[in-house]
Amino acid sequence: MSTLIEGLSIGSVYALIALGYTMVYGIAKMLNFAHGDIIMVGAYAVLTTMSLCGFPLVAILVAVVVCTLLGIAIEKVAYKPLRGASPLAVLITAIGVSYLLQGIAQLVYGSASRPVTIIDMGNVQIGNSAVRVSSIVTLVVGAILMVILTLFIKMTKTGRAMIAVSEDRGAAELMGINVNGIISITFAIGSALAAAASVCYLFQIPSATPTLGSMPGIKAFTAAVIGGIGSIPGAVIGGVLLGVIENVCKSTPLAPFTTSIEFGLLIVILLVKPTGILGKKRREKV
Amino acid sequence: MTAYFKNIKNGFKPKNYINYVVITLFLIISIISQPKTSTTTLLANMGFAIILAVSLNLVVGFLGELSLGHAGFMCIGAYIGTFISNQIFDAIGSKLVVLILTMIIGGLIAAIFGYIVGFSALRLKGDYLAIVTLAFGEIVRDICKNIPAFGGAMGLKNPHRYGNNLYIVAFVVALIMLILIQNLIRSKHGRAITAVRDNEIAAKAMGINVTYYKLFVFVLSSFFAGVAGVLYGSFNSIILYGDFSFNKSIEILVMVVLGGMGSINGSILAAALITFINTFLQSKLPGDLSALRLLVYALILMIVVIFNNAPALHKYKEKYSFSALFAKVYGKITDKFYAKHPEKKQARITDDSAAWNRVPSKIKMDEVLSTDILPDDKNNDTDTEDKRDE
Repeated sequence: MSTLIEGLSIGSVYALIALGYTMVYGIAKMLNFAHGDIIMVGAYAVLTTMSLCGFPLVAILVAVVVCTLLGIAIEKVAYKPLRGASPLAVLITAIGVSYLLQGIAQLVYGSASRPVTIIDMGNVQIGNSAVRVSSIVTLVVGAILMVILTLFIKMTKTGRAMIAVSEDRGAAELMGINVNGIISITFAIGSALAAAASVCYLFQIPSATPTLGSMPGIKAFTAAVIGGIGSIPGAVIGGVLLGVIENVCKSTPLAPFTTSIEFGLLIVILLVKPTGILGKKRREKV
Repeated sequence: MTAYFKNIKNGFKPKNYINYVVITLFLIISIISQPKTSTTTLLANMGFAIILAVSLNLVVGFLGELSLGHAGFMCIGAYIGTFISNQIFDAIGSKLVVLILTMIIGGLIAAIFGYIVGFSALRLKGDYLAIVTLAFGEIVRDICKNIPAFGGAMGLKNPHRYGNNLYIVAFVVALIMLILIQNLIRSKHGRAITAVRDNEIAAKAMGINVTYYKLFVFVLSSFFAGVAGVLYGSFNSIILYGDFSFNKSIEILVMVVLGGMGSINGSILAAALITFINTFLQSKLPGDLSALRLLVYALILMIVVIFNNAPALHKYKEKYSFSALFAKVYGKITDKFYAKHPEKKQARITDDSAAWNRVPSKIKMDEVLSTDILPDDKNNDTDTEDKRDE
């Protein structure tokens, strides 16, 4: 039982990160490699604010604001000049951004891991097993954010503009949608979700290192692919599924191979069904 | 056979062979100067870096697919090579023979994995393929870490280090690889590979076997990465899975990007330069300041790629890039030369694809319409009439 809930809560962290990946991929058609490192920046923002003032709520707000601004800045500086260039160039630049963030974090905070405690919430008894309250909070926060995001995309004008841009950028531009603006908003939302994910991640593992983001980043990408990239419910399903698989693997004798199993799953899904569970199939046009 | 040499004679361009000469000279000078241990380490690392960068350039620059798992192939080569060398060393005894044998075996096993990764390249491309290669590199590392025969997390010990002279072997291997790859790229097969990069569908329509060439490039590239891994393994007394992380793959990618994707000489230069900077910074920057290295990599990647690819910067690129500057200087020198020897200009074959755009292809309709058909033609008519009369 506790394995399952832990899996669900780490899964909802993956789902939050995967949402950012999926939105950016769906709308800007690029793999934002630096997405994982935005989580790391969020974690350090929490760390700094906590040591300065000590109010958890302020720290969370600061993290969200910093990550959102950072996301927009990255998009303007690194990705916007390359719009229309080959996907290879964009991908390499994204890797460069990821390295840049890691390097800056290491210069400022050092490579050693720093403990970050937001709130210690203790355990709660469910049935026979003790479950951490933070896991349940993560699960609930994740679910609420996903519902809000889905409503935002379905209900608001900006959200529908996003769908339009993801379906056909040229046509959307002709309909009077500000495509660059929409892409910026997408990056902002994705980065804000990453900040939320970083707070949830710190609930689970309360320490910050400069490379904190890279592994969850790649795993969240795996989750986004499993669910079908570009699909929001798909990202959620994929994230939760991956979290549960990871935690179940860790409790079996296969534990040292957990990473291999997850990446193997990614490769198999990409090869067998690249569109994932809920993805749409696109035909290649000449 | 004679035709082959005739072709070589006709197509001889000094710039195609300069890298062989430079590397050979470099090797001879370094052998003669009897370098210190620290210098031989640097030289050996440069040799590995050249092999890795050129083989990755084959995939990234010529096939046009991003591979983020090059260190994974290197990892296979290093572990397999050292493992086999530990098994057979006592039976053979000669270090060089063992090294050559393990290089072949390690390279072939890496090539088998390259074949497997190449299969995914058939179904996927772009971002997805990059992620698959990344995942492959991590899986290989993870599995090597957990195999008891490979020493587990403690690393695989190598009691039979080749010694400081390994850099000679590394450079010789690099030379052999260069000869193979450069001839491949200039052959019919190389043209096919670049055709697949430029437009896969068009290449298919021209009858190019895309499947074959994609697999071929992945196999060749991973073979040489495996060989570099074996060399790397035989140079170190212990092989740790941490040496082949994602960061290593990125380091090789930085070399390729800095040297220019699709430029072999560029890769060689960038590999030597980055290895040098790395070794230099490692001794100068203790502890957390080593992050500056990450920053340098990051900035190289971003600036070079944005400068080369941003549509808005094309104008500046044509003015200020290295190749533009080089062409300018070269043009000035040749102009001076031809001013002295005007008769030689005839023999010069220009290979400028932009010249095709300058060929006037429009028919000048005004000229055609304003041309009067003059009664000059009467003569012709009369001629034919005369003939008829006769």
